[in-house]
Amino acid sequence: MPDKKLKRVDLIFSDDCNCKDVLAAGLKKSNEEILKEILDSGLRGRGGAGFPTGLKWKFTSQEASEEKYVVCNADEGEPGTFKDREILTRVPMKVFGGMAICGKVIGAKHGYVYLRGEYQFLRADLEKVLEEFHANIKAEGFDFQIHILMGSGAYICGEESALFESMEGKRGEPRNKPPYPTIAGFRSKPTVINNVETLVYAFMITRIGADKFQELGTADSRGSKVFSISGDTPIAGIYELELGMSLEDFVEEFGDGDTKAVQVGGASGFCVPRKKFKDTIIGFEGVPTGGSMMLFNSSRSMYNVLKNYVQFFEEESCGQCTPCRVGCQQLIKGIEAVKKGEKSITYLNTLQKLADTMKVTSKCGLGQSVANSFSSIVDNFKEEMIY
Amino acid sequence: MPEIKELIKQLADKHGRTRESLLPILQGVITEERFISDAAMAEVARELDMSAALVYGTATFYSFLDTKPRGKYVIRVCKTITCDMKGKRQILQTLEDVLKVKAGETTKDNKFTLLEANCLGWCHKGPAMLINEEAYTELTPEKVSEIIGEYMKK
Amino acid sequence: MANTVNLKIDGIDVSVEAGKTVLDAAKELNIHIPTLCHHEDLCVAGNCRVCVVEQEGVKNLVASCAMPAQEGMVIHTNTHKVRNARKHVVELLLSEHNADCTKCYKNTKCELQDLASEMVISEPMFMDLVPEKNYTIDNFSPSIIKDDSKCIRCQRCVRTCHELQHVSALGVAYKGNEMKISTFFENPMYDVVCTNCGQCVIRCPTGALIEKTYLDEVWDAIYDPNKHVIVQTAPATRIALGEDLGMEAGSIVTGKMAASLRRLGFDSVLDTDFSADLTIMEEGTELLTRLKRALVDKDPTVKVPMFTSCSPGWIKFIEHMYPEYLDNLSTCKSPQQMFGALAKTYYAEKRGIDPSTIVSVSIMPCTAKKFEAARPEMRDSGFQDVDYGITTRELAVMIKQAGIDFGSIPDEKFDSIMGKSTGAAVIFGATGGVMEAALRTAYEIVTGREVPFENLNITAVRGMEGVREASVKIENVLPAWSFLEGVELKTAVAHGLTNAHQIMDAIKKGEANYHFVEVMGCPGGCVGGGGQPIPTTPEIRQKRTDAIYREDEGMEIRKSHENPEVQQIYKEFLGEPLGHKSHELLHTHYTKRKRV
Repeated sequence: MPDKKLKRVDLIFSDDCNCKDVLAAGLKKSNEEILKEILDSGLRGRGGAGFPTGLKWKFTSQEASEEKYVVCNADEGEPGTFKDREILTRVPMKVFGGMAICGKVIGAKHGYVYLRGEYQFLRADLEKVLEEFHANIKAEGFDFQIHILMGSGAYICGEESALFESMEGKRGEPRNKPPYPTIAGFRSKPTVINNVETLVYAFMITRIGADKFQELGTADSRGSKVFSISGDTPIAGIYELELGMSLEDFVEEFGDGDTKAVQVGGASGFCVPRKKFKDTIIGFEGVPTGGSMMLFNSSRSMYNVLKNYVQFFEEESCGQCTPCRVGCQQLIKGIEAVKKGEKSITYLNTLQKLADTMKVTSKCGLGQSVANSFSSIVDNFKEEMIY
Repeated sequence: MPEIKELIKQLADKHGRTRESLLPILQGVITEERFISDAAMAEVARELDMSAALVYGTATFYSFLDTKPRGKYVIRVCKTITCDMKGKRQILQTLEDVLKVKAGETTKDNKFTLLEANCLGWCHKGPAMLINEEAYTELTPEKVSEIIGEYMKK
Repeated sequence: MANTVNLKIDGIDVSVEAGKTVLDAAKELNIHIPTLCHHEDLCVAGNCRVCVVEQEGVKNLVASCAMPAQEGMVIHTNTHKVRNARKHVVELLLSEHNADCTKCYKNTKCELQDLASEMVISEPMFMDLVPEKNYTIDNFSPSIIKDDSKCIRCQRCVRTCHELQHVSALGVAYKGNEMKISTFFENPMYDVVCTNCGQCVIRCPTGALIEKTYLDEVWDAIYDPNKHVIVQTAPATRIALGEDLGMEAGSIVTGKMAASLRRLGFDSVLDTDFSADLTIMEEGTELLTRLKRALVDKDPTVKVPMFTSCSPGWIKFIEHMYPEYLDNLSTCKSPQQMFGALAKTYYAEKRGIDPSTIVSVSIMPCTAKKFEAARPEMRDSGFQDVDYGITTRELAVMIKQAGIDFGSIPDEKFDSIMGKSTGAAVIFGATGGVMEAALRTAYEIVTGREVPFENLNITAVRGMEGVREASVKIENVLPAWSFLEGVELKTAVAHGLTNAHQIMDAIKKGEANYHFVEVMGCPGGCVGGGGQPIPTTPEIRQKRTDAIYREDEGMEIRKSHENPEVQQIYKEFLGEPLGHKSHELLHTHYTKRKRV
């Protein structure tokens, strides 16, 4: 049972601090001190996968390489997510600050922001802020350069190893793992890759301390998170909320009174139907999300929703591995055939099994996660798939 | 052709001639030309001393690195479910009517190309579209007609 | 030991070297895990997912080809979950694949078909995606057919073209459901940098990349009473053909091949090895002449190092990639084309046959030879010198079609004239062989003595190292060659075009200083040619190579200049090496091609 109530938080966008000073203070701390803070805070990656940030930094810091990198994953492409754009628009200095502190801890001299092509319009402003940032950091005597690289319209590049491939000028195809980025990332060198939001939290933790952050959230999901809320809601937008609330509370706050389902975590996330709102915790112990929350009211066809998602994957799969490339095509064609009556209802079971196979055999998280939305929508809204 | 050669040389001078320079160079070609022709790709391959098939393979991977001729203004309408729920279909219809092309096509005067795109990151303000790099949100048919009217004057 | 890891597969303990994969470890235990994208010659792809296995403590299955073996791992290769997943993967591939197997050249030789058969796939589980795919077939090239409807996107071809050949005529294009294997701008293979080497063909698990066959044309010629059909067989065919006819890799089948060809109905069964010996005479003389003009006359128009020109894949590579070095290529035609030019002149004359009725067929370990035969440069006899080049594989098909029991057919000899050869000719089939054969002859011409290597075996130029260097000190020369006295003849050998690229780069940068360079387009030389039996692996290529050298050792004559038929042709027809007639028939020039 969820024990947290919905609570708004103001850490990410708060302007009660001077980034320059926070950065200066952060850089004055020892690496051990910073690492301990991040580890103690319980901060987990905010891009969706939720790997403990402190561990990522620690592993990379332990690598002997002369050449290491910090990469900020700003390839926000999950349908229903727009928080990173907002963060980069409003508090870019905090993002850069987080990168610099990470760079200090792991021993990197270069950081890269991989910005999705759809956000090209942000670039000029970001470059301006970067100039100021570089001046600040120079004043602190820390040798660290941040560069901005642009994506060009490929969702899969949000997958960390695909992102490195793209940074290296190649097709954004995920690599085999292991090795993981902490050992071989960008240019096959030890690399920390963090989501935009994660870097800001890390930056803020160096200011407020691990304890303050720990106070928020639950044992598995410490702290707060920025949510991108869209769909059938009267108040769509960006909200920073404490983790661990129930979906029921969430819907009460953001729904339009007729919410029949919430897609938590975008197209690669899970669809939660009304009857499960009460028992669903938003957090790593329940349904995790990179921030995308799409609300659907009873006027919406969940068949259309599912079709939209699977079509998205069919196009955005890199295409290299069989289960993802062909599986997505089969899922689309399959649900269409069932809907048209060309295939019997039992074919949905075949497709469910296929989705399960995609989950366990796909090369990367994209193919593995198609089953999340597919299974949860088909399970919960079977009749809408048929009639 | 001499212009594209010159453009690519300038881009290579700026971004370098390693494999890592490939995307920035192709992006630079897009900014100037809106698409990357076979001649341009061959030239990039020559500048970077790499296989043209790999340049082609890389370009075709990325939705924004068009390899087919495009108009001066490339319109990308977001087709994610949230934009769809807020009336994306009317927006697309309006664009098709105003421009007299179907999605995927380019106007006869080569001024506009109308495309659909995956999530543009404006789900709370749908329907949304990009015209080249510029984002337009909370679109209505009237607003779209107005925006296109402005571009037609350009 | 520090460098081994211990793991358990299907309940059996196994130790492997650190860095080996789970698949390698399973192989150690003779546990078969199916694979498609995996190939021993290529880097790990991990994209077909058919080799998945279960690792205890890990939720998802892991691709055994890509997963490093780790200490304490517990792996299961044959669980319900694994079998279901593999079957799904194969079903998915089939749904994208034009599975009209009876109409496929690779029928019964297809790795996807084998897997489908192993899994006893009958009724398709998923819907057929082929009708929506707009697949295309590119059959414009004289060498290779690319049929996208058969492609399973394993990228073996792409990795081959990139890693082994440094050509990258093929790449991966588009993404998602549209992802495909493509040339530059989807241009036809004949219109891009493809060297026709066929290395992709011998690694394609399905019928997506095959050689263009000329079986019907050859049969038609054989059955035409008005045609005199002659056949030549390349050195590397005689040690590989058996593999396609039920024999072990490395079986020497020279006599069986000659007998079979005669049984098939060829009017005259002749040997490319004859013209390989002739090539040595021409090329050896050309080398010495070049050295004289470069070292003594200081003629700046003479280019050194001289490159061999036997490998048509290499020729096309240099035409595309290094056209500024075209003048460094030996002007000698390849043995196939020397043979072709002589067949419709010398042979026709000697045998009193109207050359217009001769159909000249070659059996080659090579797909690029088909292209070479079709080159407009190769018509010096007044006709197309070689009418049809067919591969070792195609010959095996013909032998099967004719109902010949290859295993029991008694050995026969080649016909004469143009059927006699030496050990120096047969080693053309292995990397380093042309160099060795040339040195055996050139050294003797210059010094009057045999090359100073035990039993004529110049082992320094042999082996599988990608680039090998050897130098021979020339001493106590005959008076006519005094300018070579004391010269250290520097040579290099490369096989596979990635290694060729490496040598060319070194030469370009001025880091290498060779007199003579042998390049073979394919890994291992012709033994690993694109027209050879499938599969190819480092082990198979080694066995074929060993057979080549065994064949050489077993030959009565082992130096090209001692070939009596070669001596005869100079006396009766050609005059002397590099003479007027040679120039007319046996030498050629190549032209620059575009880089895309």
